Amino acid sequence: MAQVHETPSPADEHHVGHVVPFKILFAVFAALTLLTLITVGASYIDFGELNLIVALVIAVIKASLVVLFFMHLRWDRPFNAIVFVGCLIFVAIFLGFALIDTTQYHHSIFTEQAPGMKAHIPMKAEKLPG
Amino acid sequence: MTTTATGASEHDGHDEHDPAHEHHKFLAHHFDTPVQQFDSGKLGTWLFLTTEILLFSGLFCAYAVYRANHPQVFEFAHQYLDKRLGALNTIVLIFSSFTMAWGVRAAQLGKKNLCVTLLAITIACGAVFMCVKYVEYKAKWQEKLFPGANYNPTEMPKTDISEEKAAGKLAADEAKLPEVATTPAPAADLMKTVAPAMNTAPDGHIFEGSSIARAPVGPHSLNPDWVASENSRLRREEASVARHEPMDEPNNVQIFFSIYFMMTGLHGIHVLAGMCLIFWVLLRANRGEFGPEYFSPVDFVGLYWHVVDLVWIFLFPLLYLIT
Amino acid sequence: MTTITPDLARHGGNVPFDNYLTHSHGLKSWLFSLDHKRIGVMYLIAVLLSFLAGGIFAMMIRTQLLFPDGAIFTTQAVYKHYNQMFTLHGAIMVFLVLVPGIPSALGNFTLPIMLGAKDVAFPRLNLFSFWLYLIGAAFAIASILIGAVDTGWTFYTPYSVDTETAVSCLVFGVFILGFSSILTGMNFIVTIHKLRPPGMTWFRMPLFLWATYATAIIQVLATPVLGITLLLLIMERVLHIGIFNPAYGGDPVLFQHFFWFYSHPAVYIMILPAMGVMSEVVSTFSRKHIFGYRFIALSSIAIAVIAFLVWGHHMFPNGQSTMLATIFSFLTMLVAIPSAIKVWNWLATMYRGSIDLKTPMCYALAFLFLFSIGGLTGVFLGTLSTDVHLHDTYFVIAHFHYVMFGGTLIGFLAGLHYWWPKMTGKMYNEFAGRVGCALVFVGFNLTFLPQFVMGSLGMPRRYATYLPVFQPYHVMSTMGAYLQFIGFAFTAAYLLHSVFKGKKAPANPWGSATLEWTCTSPPPHDNFKKTPSVGDPYDHSDIVWDTEVEGYVHDPSLAPTSPSSH
Repeated sequence: MAQVHETPSPADEHHVGHVVPFKILFAVFAALTLLTLITVGASYIDFGELNLIVALVIAVIKASLVVLFFMHLRWDRPFNAIVFVGCLIFVAIFLGFALIDTTQYHHSIFTEQAPGMKAHIPMKAEKLPG
Repeated sequence: MTTTATGASEHDGHDEHDPAHEHHKFLAHHFDTPVQQFDSGKLGTWLFLTTEILLFSGLFCAYAVYRANHPQVFEFAHQYLDKRLGALNTIVLIFSSFTMAWGVRAAQLGKKNLCVTLLAITIACGAVFMCVKYVEYKAKWQEKLFPGANYNPTEMPKTDISEEKAAGKLAADEAKLPEVATTPAPAADLMKTVAPAMNTAPDGHIFEGSSIARAPVGPHSLNPDWVASENSRLRREEASVARHEPMDEPNNVQIFFSIYFMMTGLHGIHVLAGMCLIFWVLLRANRGEFGPEYFSPVDFVGLYWHVVDLVWIFLFPLLYLIT
Repeated sequence: MTTITPDLARHGGNVPFDNYLTHSHGLKSWLFSLDHKRIGVMYLIAVLLSFLAGGIFAMMIRTQLLFPDGAIFTTQAVYKHYNQMFTLHGAIMVFLVLVPGIPSALGNFTLPIMLGAKDVAFPRLNLFSFWLYLIGAAFAIASILIGAVDTGWTFYTPYSVDTETAVSCLVFGVFILGFSSILTGMNFIVTIHKLRPPGMTWFRMPLFLWATYATAIIQVLATPVLGITLLLLIMERVLHIGIFNPAYGGDPVLFQHFFWFYSHPAVYIMILPAMGVMSEVVSTFSRKHIFGYRFIALSSIAIAVIAFLVWGHHMFPNGQSTMLATIFSFLTMLVAIPSAIKVWNWLATMYRGSIDLKTPMCYALAFLFLFSIGGLTGVFLGTLSTDVHLHDTYFVIAHFHYVMFGGTLIGFLAGLHYWWPKMTGKMYNEFAGRVGCALVFVGFNLTFLPQFVMGSLGMPRRYATYLPVFQPYHVMSTMGAYLQFIGFAFTAAYLLHSVFKGKKAPANPWGSATLEWTCTSPPPHDNFKKTPSVGDPYDHSDIVWDTEVEGYVHDPSLAPTSPSSH
């Protein structure tokens, strides 16, 4: 028996998984393509401080579509989703603490060209005339 | 039922009496029902995918740390990357995810030829991705945009502004821009922006004119000349960015390319591995192994391929679309 | 209600019948076996051989430190070899012995049988894990031969980038070992989720399985970050990418963040299974239901989660910011709480129990004493102000040996002695077992107690020479190490002797109520002819000694008296 409390329904005998309708697959693909175009377009607009946030929000929406529909989490057992979300939480912990620390101490690290990079001298831009 | 990896089968009285194992020839001996086997494989696959995500998380961490602390490096260096090729690769991977998911559906419905075709298209998309990647890497190689120590380009990147200027699109008065004041700002200014902690005690008390403020911390003492030149350099960079002028190259741009090559390189290796896995599944599909009762290899390899796509969905804006 | 399996009734436990050891013959049948029990035994042999290798390096370290100017490496030119000794000792012990030790060697064997399953969820992946272990070990040994690494097992940059020793080779071996660990963790999580028998709800699982489950969670989440760290280190050495090397604009403290994000949870990978063994052994040899089952079960999960929040306590004086150091110090104090909960529950289990001082119980008592010392000394290291003085001294070495050796290794020995009859079908000599335990216990304390004192007096770690004022402590420490060596040699001797000449073991020599004791010793090839039914794993009320079998059996006429789950 799979789990103590579960009895397989007649459908389970032959279909061990849910089949995603084609319409949904195509709709998600179309949405992802549209979002890609939007994110490229947004990169030409300067939102100032929010640039990174806009790009990441669009990326998260795209990722959610892939995870929920292409990767089937929308219809899967909830525990698989818990595994995935749990993973993201630990990634956030890792990045969060590392970011806090490095931004705290980074001002005390030198900002000049690194000593091993003697071969390369930073180039100056051509200024516009006038 | 096998007991060794070489497939030598051994007698086991258990199977003869168990209808589930007789009916489903793909059911392994230690599982009781196909649902249990499928659920186990799916959970195992999700666990493996979390390890893949955590593997990339190290690189995302390095990216976040360096971008937060050296923003001008990223603003400058990303100009060397071609947005259009990046966007093309993104669309290619999204399409391949679509064909992969569709391929899983085809396997579930027992549509063998459709499944094989879709898997082949998915592999082809992966190949297109790798070819575009090769084109990009070749360009970096030619421009000597290597990671880390070997970084030594001789040409500035093409920016939107310099391209427009070259095409004569900029209006004459737009081309005339005011000079930036290059006189150095007061040294005290730099104390706040560059080295606030150097003369601040943990309780917030600021040491003015004491020997601690002059004490060498890190590679420089607070030499006023150094402070002044650093200050003016930072102001010049900020001003040129504000005017959308071509930036001077900041220090340590090689960091960007180290991160770029590590991230896209590791991702590329995963694309290649994915292509191999899909090919293996394609061969099995071609032999007619999959149907409504058993399609898990297609499903699980598909999940892996979607994670490869997921990583690229984040890589693309983070590396290519920095403004 | 538990039932006696038919085999047991017929053969009474003393069996010349087909078991997993006799099921097939030949080296290939072992090296390509999909049987979790055989894989577990192969892991056990590999882990014990690695322990011997790591121990030899430890003997060399301790011998070197007999004299202030060194006993083996006596001149400036050769002191660097001492760095290689402690690096290899650490890397071998951590990656080849402690991390895989209990989960892969004992857990692989025991988990499915304890669960009432026929095998782990993915037997081929299990075999692949074992091969990865061997390949990783091969790279580690190769690195010793082509230029033994001298960076310390922590591989801190930039020295690990600049040194000319075979860092890439060893690090690649560790990378592969990481995958072995990940795949084992994945296997165990899925097995525990999906292959439990009817009636075994989560809170009816033996606590060793809760511990293994929590361990597996850490293995799956933490090890990939080690993977990327080591990969980047190799890239750093080969391509000079400069992510961790300040010469090219990199950040060496970032390396430490990356490294310790895995390596701190790794120490919980080491200790959690040992704590699982403790729960089994203490309950069985007190002949009493485990006290506070839910607390112990959930504290394993709590440890697994909090483990990920404290890694910065390895980096307090290393350039980490003060703000984050404070946060990590606070979180470090929290992680002691679930460990303490377990210790109190074990003590409460023993209270008013009927203590039987068999060898596994002797090791369990040693664990309680040694792990408590190790854990309490961790508090001094977790406190920022004292850590400034104690960081990188012998105090740290003593602390982690008390928890890793006094905790994990003693737990491993307890588990080994506990499941030895099940694995081999033979009983070892009890008196010899207790003597071995005593030798190791005394030797261990003699080695590491002086190191606490030395460390707080200022003796730095990883030094090939030292000021003469520390010599008495070092001499005591080295004498303890030699005593440990004798203890381990003695233990190995009587265990090997038991394999050939030991008394045949009954199915249930200790009187435990968990499922692995319902099948024969050694178990049959496919564990259970039919799925066993499940009761309370700590209810000993219906288990009685049977003189004919010379072991414990379930008496069906005695109904279990305690409630089935808490």
